[in-house]
Amino acid sequence: MEVMMSIVCGILFMAATYLMLSKSLLRIIIGTGLLSHGAHLLILTMGGLKGGAAPLLGEKAKSYVDPLPQALILTAIVISFGVTAFMLVLAYRSYQELGTDDMDHMRGTDSHE
Amino acid sequence: MSNNLVMMPLIFPLIGGILLIFFNKKPIVQRILSTIFSIAALAVSCILVWTVHQNGIQIVEIGGWAPPYGITFVADMYASLLVLTTSIIGLTGVLYSFRTVGKEREYFFYYPAVQFLLAGVTGAFLTGDIFNLFVFFEVLLMASYVLMVLGGTKRQLRESIKYIAVNVFSSALFVITVAFLYAVTGTLNMADLSVKISESGQTGLLTVIAILFLIVFGMKGAIFPLYIWMPGSYQAPPAAVSALFGALLTKVGVYAITRVYTLIFIHDKAFTHGILAWLAALTILFGVIGAVAYWDVKKIVIYNIITAVGVILFGVAAANPAGIEGSIYYLLHDMIIKGALFFLAGIMISITGTSDLKKMGGLIGNYPLAGWMFFLSAIALAGIPPLSGFIGKLKVIQGGFEAGEYAISFVVLLSSLLVLYSVMKIFINGFWGETKPIQGNPSVKGMVYPAVILVALSAAFGLGTEFIAPFITQASETLLDPSIYIEAVLKEQ
Repeated sequence: MEVMMSIVCGILFMAATYLMLSKSLLRIIIGTGLLSHGAHLLILTMGGLKGGAAPLLGEKAKSYVDPLPQALILTAIVISFGVTAFMLVLAYRSYQELGTDDMDHMRGTDSHE
Repeated sequence: MSNNLVMMPLIFPLIGGILLIFFNKKPIVQRILSTIFSIAALAVSCILVWTVHQNGIQIVEIGGWAPPYGITFVADMYASLLVLTTSIIGLTGVLYSFRTVGKEREYFFYYPAVQFLLAGVTGAFLTGDIFNLFVFFEVLLMASYVLMVLGGTKRQLRESIKYIAVNVFSSALFVITVAFLYAVTGTLNMADLSVKISESGQTGLLTVIAILFLIVFGMKGAIFPLYIWMPGSYQAPPAAVSALFGALLTKVGVYAITRVYTLIFIHDKAFTHGILAWLAALTILFGVIGAVAYWDVKKIVIYNIITAVGVILFGVAAANPAGIEGSIYYLLHDMIIKGALFFLAGIMISITGTSDLKKMGGLIGNYPLAGWMFFLSAIALAGIPPLSGFIGKLKVIQGGFEAGEYAISFVVLLSSLLVLYSVMKIFINGFWGETKPIQGNPSVKGMVYPAVILVALSAAFGLGTEFIAPFITQASETLLDPSIYIEAVLKEQ
């Protein structure tokens, strides 16, 4: 199971890298979304995917899944959610101001203001 | 033993930031409140440094959970000194902002963002948990995104996109690295990680993770192949913001590398620290090349940040008492002097309306105080003896020679010369020469004093090295012998 998930994470990272290297700003943001999906899945995988009850003490099971990675993921998800929202609005603002979403046109030299 | 004093330098900017949100339309109230909170943070950091000096490492177990199960905040001397320097930079940065950031930024949550930035930096210095370090990185990065884009000029928008994209990537890499580390060790507390790794021995897998951490923190701290995002993005925001970024943000990355490479990954030094030493050398080289190449005041100072990062990390890579002590001296000195240089560069830009050196000249006639302050910070930056940069570089080079890294030590020596050339270029072209006409001869009264404070501190730091030495020695002892740190944190086991 872990091998399977590692391969999936690898594919996500590959797609994210490809998208982040593209020209369009929106593709870059989609790439960051995929990158954080990959990272979050990787935390879950690295915490171990053995069988066990959901981490609720009411389940009264013999063994539970590791609760720590789940808490880490929850933290990382809200953080990347905040950053992504900020980045999307920034992309929107810069589309309004700069009139382009092509990263090549955002190069800018010292003479530009 | 729990001791809430450790939390105070973090709590003050945090509460300050939250309170300031409610007064966004009253700039005067904002200014008064942020000054009060910055002074309070400065006072408690002084008390913290003194307490750590008297009683050794202070820890707080959040919620009373013993480490490694809960989050611990650890104030050793290294972290406390950095917290103290951060609060000094925070206070002077706030004072400098009064005259420079302008009404429209003050109305839109400038001061709260500054306080949150300070909270994030302080938290990153004090935390004893690797995931909590990630969270504080995000706190300071979020605040820095806001500060960088606030105002919304075209250049700021353009550079913010790049800055955010790079940092989103490095944050994801941080999460991935923490996931690997957790899979290998099963813990997140730094002291416990150090114990677990020394028990199992640093296998090849852990060395890979060590290098991944170097990449992550190197991206935050602008080391050689990973610094390319920095020159553009630090140039876009106003001078007060650049000063805070230049003095604090990269130094958090440097701190994290130092912490990780002196506490956790210390069993395969020939490989990891060897790579660090060569990356430091290349960082220094590329930093000085940039500093010499440009004729733009801000760009020159920005490339000097990169050089300084290299010098500090070379001291860490040498991993002997002289090298570590030197890197601590140099780190503290560099935070102060980069703050001062950005303040003064901001003054030059606001007087002349340009950052191009070829378009300014003769400023010393009308602005002698700013001119001589710039001269002093320039020679302090290069490491001329009576000022603060000397002792750090001396010890770093001594450490380099003791570790047998002669080539890199010569690179450090040579870099001083080029650093001096690059800042003297600003002084000679900007302050000497023919006076070029300036519209209206603007007054810079309130803007010079924060820089004067920092330059005075730098002079005091250089002249009073005897007084500071015991603190630095204490800090380097903890870095050189991780068992002091581990025993302080895990003593209840």
